Amino acid sequence: MAAAESGTGFPVDPMHQYEIVRMLPIELFGFDASFTNASMWMVAAVTAISVFMIFSVSSRALVPGRWQSLAELSYEFVANMLRQNTGNEGQPFFPFIFSLFMFILFANMFGLLPYSFTVTSHIIVTFAMALFVIAGITLLGLFKHGLGWFRLFVPSGVPIVLLPLITVIEMISYLTRPLSLSVRLFANMLAGHTMLKVFAGFAIMLGAIGGWAPFAFMVAFTGLEVLVAFLQAYVFAILTCIYLNDALHVHH
Amino acid sequence: MEAEAAKYIGAGIACIALAGAGLGIGNIFGNYLAGALRNPAAAQGQFPNLLLGFALAEATGLFGLVVAMMLLFVV
Repeated sequence: MAAAESGTGFPVDPMHQYEIVRMLPIELFGFDASFTNASMWMVAAVTAISVFMIFSVSSRALVPGRWQSLAELSYEFVANMLRQNTGNEGQPFFPFIFSLFMFILFANMFGLLPYSFTVTSHIIVTFAMALFVIAGITLLGLFKHGLGWFRLFVPSGVPIVLLPLITVIEMISYLTRPLSLSVRLFANMLAGHTMLKVFAGFAIMLGAIGGWAPFAFMVAFTGLEVLVAFLQAYVFAILTCIYLNDALHVHH
Repeated sequence: MEAEAAKYIGAGIACIALAGAGLGIGNIFGNYLAGALRNPAAAQGQFPNLLLGFALAEATGLFGLVVAMMLLFVV
C-alpha cells in the first residue's frame, strides 16, 4: 500500500500487501524461523477462535444468548456437514474438521481488514494444510483397509478394456488432490485481494470526478469477498470431508 | 520476438481460462434456477451443493490466473 506517487506509475502497488516482514528474527539450527507478520496473524486467528469459543460457551445457558448461539451455530454447521458426508464413522474427526474450518475462516476474514495480512494468500500455508490433510487421510485409509484401500483406484462396473486407463486417471486425480485443494484457496484469496487493490488504484487515479465508479464497485466487491472468504473455508472443509469419506468407505 | 514480450502475451492468453469459469458458473446458477422453479420445495436442500459447485467452477478459472502470475513474476 506504499503509494509510489512519483512519476507516472500506478498509485498503489497491489502486490505490496503480500510482503512478509520479519518482526522478531530467530535463527534455529541454520534455518530462518523468524516471527513474521504471517506468524502474527496466524496467532491472532487462533487466539480469536479460542477466546470466541471459550467465552461464548462458558455460561452454558439452556436458552443460549447471542454469543452462545453463534458458537452453537458454527458447531452445528460443521457437525451437519461431517454427518452428511461421512456418516457416523466420521464423527471422531469432528475436532480436526472444526479446527480446520474455523482457522481458514478466521484467517480469510482477518485478511479483509485494512492494513492486515492474509495468511491464506500464501501458497506454502495452504499447501502445507492440504498436504497434511491428504497424507493423513491416505495413512488412515491404509491402516483401516490395508491393501484393500487400493480398490479406490479401480472403479467397479467399468469394461475390462478401459480399466487400465481409468486406473491411471484415478491415480493422477488422487495425486493432484493436495495441489488443487491448496491452489483453490490460495488463488481465490490472491485474486480477490489484488483486484481490490487495483480498483483502489483506479479510484485514486480518476480523482473526485470519476473515482466514485470504481469506489462503488469496490464496496460491492468487498461484500462479495466476504462471501468468498466464507465459501472457500466451507469448500476446503467439505472437500476434506469427502476425501475422508473415500478413506473410510472404500467401495466404488 | 523478445522473451519479455512473449511473457506478457502468454499471461494475457492464460486469462482466457476465465471464459471457461464464466461458462461454468452461469451453467450452475442457470440450472439451479431452472430446477428450483420446477420444484421450489427441494431448492433449499440443494443450496449447499450450489455453493460448492460455484466455488469449484470459479477455482478452475483462477488456475489460469495462477499461470498468468507465474509467467509475470516467477519465470
